[in-house]
Amino acid sequence: MKDFATLLERLLYTTGRHAKMTLLADFFAHRPDPERGFALAAIAGALDFPGAKPAMLRALVATRVDPTLFALSYDFVGDLAETIALIWPTQGEVAPPALDHVVAQLRSLPRSDVPAVIGAWLDQSDLSTRIALIKLLTGGLRVGASLRLAKLALAQQFSVEIDAIEEIWHGLTPPYQALFDWLERRAPRPEPGTTPMFRPPMLAHPLEAADQASLNWADYRAEWKWDGIRVQLAATPSGRRLYSRGADDISASFPEIIGAMTFHAVLDGELLVIRDGVVAPFADLQQRLNRKTVSARQRAAYPVAVRLYDILFDGAEDLRALPFDARRARLEAWFAATNPAMMDLSPQIPFCAAADLAALRDQARRDAIEGLMLKAGASPYVGGRPKGLWWKWKRDPLSLDCVLMYAQRGHGKRSSFYSDYTFGVWTEDRRLVPVGKAYSGYTDAELVRLDHWIRTHTVASYGPVREVEPGIVLEIGFDAAQRSTRHKSGIALRFPRILRLRPDKSAADADTLATAQALLG
Amino acid sequence: MAPHPSTWLQPRPEGLFCLPGGFFIDPTRAVDRALITHGHADHARPGHAHVLASAETLAIMQVRMAEGKAGTIQQAAIPGERIRVNDVDIRFVPAGHVLGSCQIVLDYQGSRVVISGDYKRQPDPTCAPFEPMICDVFVTEATFGLPIFRHPNATDEMARLLASVALFPQRPHLIGAYGLGKTQRLIALLRQAGYDAPIFLHGALVKLCALYENFGVRLGDLRPATIADKSALHGAIVLAPPSAIADRWARRLDDPVIAAASGWMGVRQRAKASLVELPLVISDHADWAAILHTIAQTEAPEIWVTHGAEAALIHQLGLLGLRGRALALIGYGDDGEVA
Repeated sequence: MKDFATLLERLLYTTGRHAKMTLLADFFAHRPDPERGFALAAIAGALDFPGAKPAMLRALVATRVDPTLFALSYDFVGDLAETIALIWPTQGEVAPPALDHVVAQLRSLPRSDVPAVIGAWLDQSDLSTRIALIKLLTGGLRVGASLRLAKLALAQQFSVEIDAIEEIWHGLTPPYQALFDWLERRAPRPEPGTTPMFRPPMLAHPLEAADQASLNWADYRAEWKWDGIRVQLAATPSGRRLYSRGADDISASFPEIIGAMTFHAVLDGELLVIRDGVVAPFADLQQRLNRKTVSARQRAAYPVAVRLYDILFDGAEDLRALPFDARRARLEAWFAATNPAMMDLSPQIPFCAAADLAALRDQARRDAIEGLMLKAGASPYVGGRPKGLWWKWKRDPLSLDCVLMYAQRGHGKRSSFYSDYTFGVWTEDRRLVPVGKAYSGYTDAELVRLDHWIRTHTVASYGPVREVEPGIVLEIGFDAAQRSTRHKSGIALRFPRILRLRPDKSAADADTLATAQALLG
Repeated sequence: MAPHPSTWLQPRPEGLFCLPGGFFIDPTRAVDRALITHGHADHARPGHAHVLASAETLAIMQVRMAEGKAGTIQQAAIPGERIRVNDVDIRFVPAGHVLGSCQIVLDYQGSRVVISGDYKRQPDPTCAPFEPMICDVFVTEATFGLPIFRHPNATDEMARLLASVALFPQRPHLIGAYGLGKTQRLIALLRQAGYDAPIFLHGALVKLCALYENFGVRLGDLRPATIADKSALHGAIVLAPPSAIADRWARRLDDPVIAAASGWMGVRQRAKASLVELPLVISDHADWAAILHTIAQTEAPEIWVTHGAEAALIHQLGLLGLRGRALALIGYGDDGEVA
């Protein structure tokens, strides 16, 4: 447990993805089984101990600490796990329990025995182990290391492809002995069999002007790029799963889709909110994301459906090696035969020349369409982002000239610079209201100039945030403007980024809220 | 019968006022007569007419304040010696907080009050240790007056710092530390641990280190960080005020390990919020256990709390059967110089 605790502590204070990966890789390389497997499970959020919940821990700490002192301390610290760990009265020798011992005990003990055992573990542990133990029990490590990062660390440490891990991940269970046996070349890769696995999705490159010139358009098929979330539907005789592009199992958020998967196939598509055949803005879909359970009301208010792009497996038959055109034919045939509920096919867009497509793309700012997809008719389905097979051709962004209002220091190598900007537009009565925040789109030299300007034009400070005089105009690009009740302006911008600084414009010349409202999708 | 201290020592807007003596202790505004416990800016304010403090505190005030602001008339109190003002006996007794820091002991008609100022109980090579005094009322600080605060041994924390220096021999270690007390204690602890390489200083720290040296505290080879060649700082220990570690000043260093030495570093979310990679829990204040231990040693039946987390401490005093009183003095601990 001590090594795991040290890992969590170092991850917390380490900034930078690369450094975090190094810490994780080092841990997985040097800690024994099954400890490293349970650590991985903790990061994956795959451990659940029904007998050890926050309420139980609160009751436990109340047996050792005066409740008023605990309440005052919790107010100060703000984090339950850390408060309990800090305030826990220590006694006797430090001899922290082993991680696998903790997991084994919690899985086997009767629930009534759990508090006493946890109390004894806390008594024997040093501070960082106490925090790790409580975080482990309550879930949510919040150490700034995602499961994806842990998998990347494994891939790097054991020299395998990340996709090779992703492909079998959902068939594995803690402490992942089969995974580590394979990674250390003691056993073959555990094969997924008939479990509904996640398959690494095929991704597209952005189509730049230079690529357009050299593209042989006749080799490509065009489809709309829908503005929802990319999903993978996997249904086999042993189960049904809905996965996000990042391999998260999101089945629980969309029970109606799971219910409609009355087939055996693996499909690639876009999850959208669709009402009477009309695709709703992305903001509607957001109401359904990241929910563990979903009410009937939410299901009715935000009805979801999947628009299908591709077929990876038809039954047990792996179609991924087929060319795109052949897969499309299989998809259409499969769809006609199966006719699944809550799904339709993403249509292919006929075109003769590049100019047709360019025109289509430019008028595409409707129906939650982000732009166009171009897929080589001959392309097999390859996980990852292979060069030259699929292109995404997003429409040009919308833009507004906004005034810099607040600045905050960034992180990592920008940590001493004011690099995070909140900007706004003018209301009718000439007040500025914020419409968004952006962190990128300037050069290093521009950042230095902006940083200096902000420091010399600050009118107020709120903790780490500085309010500045209206003086800097930023041309902000974004994909769509949505209504928002969270922002004072009533508008939220999707994917805002700084296109360029506008030193030629004065703050008074920036855009108005009325202009921004006219762009609402 | 001796008068109760509340009849002759009262909190006023300017600070704690001794009626028969006609003086304030650590007043937060300019007054005629001030007794100063130590040189931190929230306790030693400029502009008093008469100042009574230890020789070290007077020297610190002179270095930090504008010409003529450190007291029109200064009188040095020798620790342990009695000074009589009207009917009040005054004694300065070491508090162990920073160089020259003292508790102030007041005796009036058979009743005794001890005003701690800020204090700690951990050993500190740069100042005289706290001496507990038996009294009727003990006036204490409570900066870390919550049971979550348990400061580890400073020597163990320095071992963590040196382990990090060994782990990243190419990276400068930039430590945020307050200019008065913490900086010099860190340097002295490093020297105690056998670290004899040059230590580099932000310009704001130089004068007070020289002052410590003048009072006989050996700090070894100190060099300015601002003129050093960048590569000379690879693997070196650099000290700067906390405000400088996340600011442009720090850009002169190549890929530094950002550390900070403060009692607040014991709380992870606080340390994380200050963008620190290596938090060192080193404080010049008493932690929860040390405050309670000190209160017990004074044998005082009544405790007045000047500033900090007074609610928790007063609650705990109630559990112990002692009278606690929050003085709610305004102006202490709010200039950032508290950890």
